[in-house]
Amino acid sequence: MNIAQDIREILASNEAFAGKADQLADDDSLFDMGLDSFGSVQLMLALEERFNVEFPDELLNRKSFSSIRAISEAVSTLIRQEAA
Amino acid sequence: MDSISSPQGDLILDEEPQGGPTFLDRLFDHGLLIRTGVDGLYGRSGAFESVVEALDRLISRLGAADGAEVMRFPPGMSRPAFERSGYLKGFPNLAGTVHSFCGDGAGHAEILACVEEGRDWTGQQEATDIVLTPAACYPLYPVAAARGALPAEGRLFDLQSYCFRREPSLEPTRMQLFRMREYVRMGSPEQVLAFRESWLERGTAMMRDLGLPLAIDVANDPFFGRAGRMLANNQRAQGLKFELNVPVNSVEKPTACLSFNYHQDHFGSTWALRQADGSVAHTACVGFGLERITLALLKHHGLDRAAWPEAVRDALWG
Repeated sequence: MNIAQDIREILASNEAFAGKADQLADDDSLFDMGLDSFGSVQLMLALEERFNVEFPDELLNRKSFSSIRAISEAVSTLIRQEAA
Repeated sequence: MDSISSPQGDLILDEEPQGGPTFLDRLFDHGLLIRTGVDGLYGRSGAFESVVEALDRLISRLGAADGAEVMRFPPGMSRPAFERSGYLKGFPNLAGTVHSFCGDGAGHAEILACVEEGRDWTGQQEATDIVLTPAACYPLYPVAAARGALPAEGRLFDLQSYCFRREPSLEPTRMQLFRMREYVRMGSPEQVLAFRESWLERGTAMMRDLGLPLAIDVANDPFFGRAGRMLANNQRAQGLKFELNVPVNSVEKPTACLSFNYHQDHFGSTWALRQADGSVAHTACVGFGLERITLALLKHHGLDRAAWPEAVRDALWG
């Protein structure tokens, strides 16, 4: 599973990143590039559906969704926890 | 800024004795609030209203030098404007919509029969183009945006409206229909943040002059559901909302009487509201819960206005 690529696909469906999700670097700040609060909530819900995980309360913040790398790390951790 | 500070030193709040009359009961017994049979929906006495009106005038005096443009809207707003505002994203559970009968003569007879038999009669009610105003500033944004780009100095508005939130409660401070006074600033981030800062100071001084113990705390709106947890966490982390809290129902859960909100470009983007240079406008507002401040005064100074401290009476009616 290529988590970063899956995240780019999900981002592509967000208004702020339509047509440019493939050009995002792993460390680009998604908020600086136009992701807003409601957009980050939609992103969170889409990630949960795609990876079949549930973000715990302590991860429901801007930092967890600030970049593709941050999201990848959070999702990887959750997937490992689900498998354990 | 997080500590409770009391003008009298130690905070004293008379807790109701177990099983005794609650603060709400006492407000009813003294005739200050009037029962309607619905929790959170009350009539107000002349004495209660005299405090609300004095507060409204006091807030006008404090803001007078700023030259805000006064606008008053009825407590209903356009449904298309409400839908575009994004309120449903965060607070679908609090919204109140206005529905009306749209049937014919037969439908009318059916309604009357249902009422007569105690059955649900609302099936033929249809949504109108009016929604109850959820916050005093919501009708303002489309009106301001329709005027075109802001002037270089931005704009400042003065609003007051009854607002509706569907949250029935036995806490007198959580009414379903209540009045909110607001000043709303539109302009650059620097302009709107300076506005919010000035009202944090003025609002604190106003409440101290009214002899109320208070604390300023970072806060979040009551966003709905799990997605709302994330919105609330983000709002707090970014310091977008502060509340001025006064213990009314309890010391542990004080009541937000004023709020100071920085919306960033949320309403500017939503309504295509532009600054003079064409960039998206930022907005901020300070909101005063007129019933809540009145209830805080009644709680701390007693239910008889004539017995309130001289300084407080002077601040309100002097």
